[in-house]
Amino acid sequence: MNLEKVIFGFFIVLAATLNFGFFIGDIERPELHHVYELAAALVVSLIATVLKFGDRTQIGAIHLSTSLVADLQLIAAAITWAIAVHVTGEGMTATVTSSVVSLSGGALFANVVSVIILIVETVMLRR
Amino acid sequence: MVNSAFFLVLRRMRAPIIALIVIYAVAVVGLTLVPGVDAEGRMAPPLSFFHAFYFISYTATTIGFGEIPNAFSDAQRLWVIVCIYLTVIGWSYSVVTLIALLQDKGFQNTLTVNRFMRRVRRLKEPFYIICGCGETGGLIAHNFDRIGQAFVVLEKEELRVQELDLEDFKTDTPALAADASLPENLLIAGLKQARCRGVLAVTNDEQVNLAIAIAVRLLNPAIPVIARARTPAVTANMASFGTDHIINPYARFAEHLALAISAPERFRLIELLTSLPASPIPEPHRPPGGRWILCGYGRFGHQLADKLGQAGIQLSIIDPGAPDADHRISGDGTEARTLIEAGIAEASGIIAGTDNDVNNLSIAVTASELKPDLFVVTRQNHAANSALFHAFRGDFSMVPSHIVAQESIAILTTPMLARFLDRLDDCDETWCAALVARLQAICGQLTPTVWGVHLNISEALAAHHALMHDHTITLGELLRDGTDREQPLAACVLLIERDDRFFVLPAPDFALVAGDRLLIAGRHSARRNLELTLQNMNELDYVLSGHDRTGAWIWERLRRPRQA
Repeated sequence: MNLEKVIFGFFIVLAATLNFGFFIGDIERPELHHVYELAAALVVSLIATVLKFGDRTQIGAIHLSTSLVADLQLIAAAITWAIAVHVTGEGMTATVTSSVVSLSGGALFANVVSVIILIVETVMLRR
Repeated sequence: MVNSAFFLVLRRMRAPIIALIVIYAVAVVGLTLVPGVDAEGRMAPPLSFFHAFYFISYTATTIGFGEIPNAFSDAQRLWVIVCIYLTVIGWSYSVVTLIALLQDKGFQNTLTVNRFMRRVRRLKEPFYIICGCGETGGLIAHNFDRIGQAFVVLEKEELRVQELDLEDFKTDTPALAADASLPENLLIAGLKQARCRGVLAVTNDEQVNLAIAIAVRLLNPAIPVIARARTPAVTANMASFGTDHIINPYARFAEHLALAISAPERFRLIELLTSLPASPIPEPHRPPGGRWILCGYGRFGHQLADKLGQAGIQLSIIDPGAPDADHRISGDGTEARTLIEAGIAEASGIIAGTDNDVNNLSIAVTASELKPDLFVVTRQNHAANSALFHAFRGDFSMVPSHIVAQESIAILTTPMLARFLDRLDDCDETWCAALVARLQAICGQLTPTVWGVHLNISEALAAHHALMHDHTITLGELLRDGTDREQPLAACVLLIERDDRFFVLPAPDFALVAGDRLLIAGRHSARRNLELTLQNMNELDYVLSGHDRTGAWIWERLRRPRQA
């Protein structure tokens, strides 16, 4: 067992599960999508990205790119939330909630790809 | 290899960046949980994520705008104290790691190699790789620079590479401190690039030169490799796998000295043509025949004894260390007694050829005091001692680094020169003397520049075009000064190569044909002059016919009806 691999797998799966937790539920209802969940998903996703730095293999490169996509989507979702709540003062209306959640849905897809790559990598592993 | 520096930074910065993310997350989440206070002192809801992130961003980077948007409650202040120390630690950790990384020897090396590779890739013109930039390599580098030839330097000594950076070369010269005997370093220097024209293995270490020669032969067989060798074993080894040119400075000097004794005019011609271009002409050497004394019987001495024996010279050999020297003579030649024993009274020349410069000078000075009209040949091992040898002013001085540099440059810049020199063996002394006189009349007090021209589309566009359209151009018509066609060009054609036929020293009425290769010797300015004539249609037209045209369509149009 390799502690590095445990931490790596942990963060990738945690990024996907937190993202899923925020995403699940009726897309228009703000009470089902708490902002803390979004924050947790974003932070864990950023950490997962950094953990992928420095791997020069082909799979490492794809890992990094999927993570970057997820970060981008989650940051976009966070900015949408901040603008709606603080800049325009519109609050979490059905429109805003659905756009934030759908952005996080995109990130979820990238995270799922990450998890799939992780599984593929593990299956390919010979040691 | 290309972005390995980038990956190295990412890998090393992993831990500090994760630490920063975690610290930020803890600080921001904490601020969104701690209740605030409003203007009347009542409990207010905590900061939202947006404001919390904003506050932490400017606090963590020590910008510190104050408590925005409202004054904080004491509970919030308590948490902010924790945040401030946490984030300062996080940032310091990152910055310290980054600075440590930048000072890391391995990281700096990666950066240097990357920069070197980028500079090699950016070289637009064809280039040579010079392996080893000591005395010989440095001399070659300076002459390449003077004739505008691009080159790349691989040198083992880091200090020497730094010196190279300080010397002001006209061209951009990538240099790397690396062991050229490793094929990987040759590849980094652009061995497999299409613009790489050749490799010069001129390090001080014979085994390294051998390794370079074989690496080039295997990795890029199409390009020539020129290697410097000292011992016959290594020379034979290099020749066995087809090294294009092997230069043994000792053998070459011995050949030159023997030639200077047996055919002084031919030697003078070869010396003029192969010396470094546009440098002051060397003084003529007329070594006498008869009996000679040779001091030092190592590799150099053996080569000399071999070649001079063929030229009919009798030698007295002095070397206490060599088993096959003349042991009736005691001492190493630095004392007068030894030289007298060796028969300096009857000798016509002496060669101070040990591997010690001070001893060589001592021998030379002693000998010329004993017999002032003696012909003195000195061997200079280190360029650093040039001042001493210059002050002594021997009749003939052998500097190994000069011999290797001269020959490499002559071979590389004009491959046709070797074919011309081969043909000199059949020429008699008066012919050679006449050609020497002609070259000196053209070039004055400088040595001629020798260059080759191929009358094809890329090297001589205008001339090729004219020759293909049934214009007959004779050599005399072409070799005119492009600024004033009444003046002949300060150059002379030595050899013309047409398919497999060679024409040595063609006459002015020689008719040129497209595809001819010309070997020309002359002033350096004549080379530029002729290049323009051969490339530019209007210039060629002026040189051939005297019409001074701009070639613009409108003037051509206006001129045509008048001529018709």
